[in-house]
Amino acid sequence: MQPSGYEQRLNATFAALSDPTRRAILARLASGEASVAELAAPFSMSQPAISKHLKVLEQAGLVSRGKDAQRRPRTLEAAPLAEASEFLERYRQFWEGTFQRLDSLLEELKAEERSKRRGSKKR
Amino acid sequence: MSTQGSLKVTTPSDREVALVREFDAPRRLVWAAYTKPELMKRWAGGPPGHTLRLCQIDLRVGGRWRWEVEAPDGSVMGLGGRYLEIVPEERLVSTDEFDQPWYEGDATSTITFEEHGDRTTLTMLLRYASRQVRDFVLKTPMETGVNAGFDRLAELVAQPSLFE
Repeated sequence: MQPSGYEQRLNATFAALSDPTRRAILARLASGEASVAELAAPFSMSQPAISKHLKVLEQAGLVSRGKDAQRRPRTLEAAPLAEASEFLERYRQFWEGTFQRLDSLLEELKAEERSKRRGSKKR
Repeated sequence: MSTQGSLKVTTPSDREVALVREFDAPRRLVWAAYTKPELMKRWAGGPPGHTLRLCQIDLRVGGRWRWEVEAPDGSVMGLGGRYLEIVPEERLVSTDEFDQPWYEGDATSTITFEEHGDRTTLTMLLRYASRQVRDFVLKTPMETGVNAGFDRLAELVAQPSLFE
C-alpha cells in the first residue's frame, strides 16, 4: 500500500519530533523566529550540527526560512504539528478512558481496606 | 476525580510511545490491579463499554498472559504475551501479541510503578519493531478499530478517508 501524501507528511512530522534537540529547536522557535547562530547558542553543538537538524525540520515542513537574506531567520510552521498532536490527543483520550476505570477500582480497593481496618479495630 | 493526574503521552524515541499517569493510591494496590486477574477484569480492556471477558495471568518470567476483550458491539479481540521481567511492585516487562495482528513485528511493554507518599506514578513504555509501526499505532483510530472488531482494522485503516 502506497502511503498517501497526508500520511507521508505525518510520518515525517513524527520522525522529526523523535529527537530532543529538534524538539528544543521547535520550542525556541515557538517564541519567535531565530537565526541559525541564535538557535545554536543554547546547545553545545556546532552550527553545522544544528543546520543538519534544521534541514530535517524543514523537510518535514515544520520550519521555514524568512526573507532576510543576511540572517536567514527560521520560523515555526504550526500546521503539521497541529495534525500530529491531533492524533496524539485521540490516542491519549483512548487510554485516559481506560485509566479512569482504574481510578474507580483503586478508590473501591482503598475503601475496602479502610473498612477492613475499622472492622479489625472493633474486635 | 479532580485530584487524579491526567495522562501524558510522549514519544521518547522513534520506536517508542510512553504513557505516564498518576494514581491516587499506594503502589501495592496499582500493582495488584495489574497482576490479579479478578481485579484486572474490573477495569482493563479499554474505555467504558469494553469488558475483559477472559483474563489469565501466569506471573513468572516466561509465564504467559492472555486477554479476551469484548467491545460494545459484541466483537471479541484476543491478545496475549509472555512475561520477560518481573520485579514485584516495581517493574513488569512483557511481550504484546494480538491474535489477529494489526501491526508488524513484536512489541514489548515495560510498566514501572513509582510511589510518592500515597500516590503512584505509572509509566508504560511501548516499544515497536520500527518507527513506521510505532507511527501506524499512534495514527490508528483505536476506538474505531476496537468497535469494529480488530479483524477488520487493517481494512479500515487502508481507507484514506479516515485520515482526511
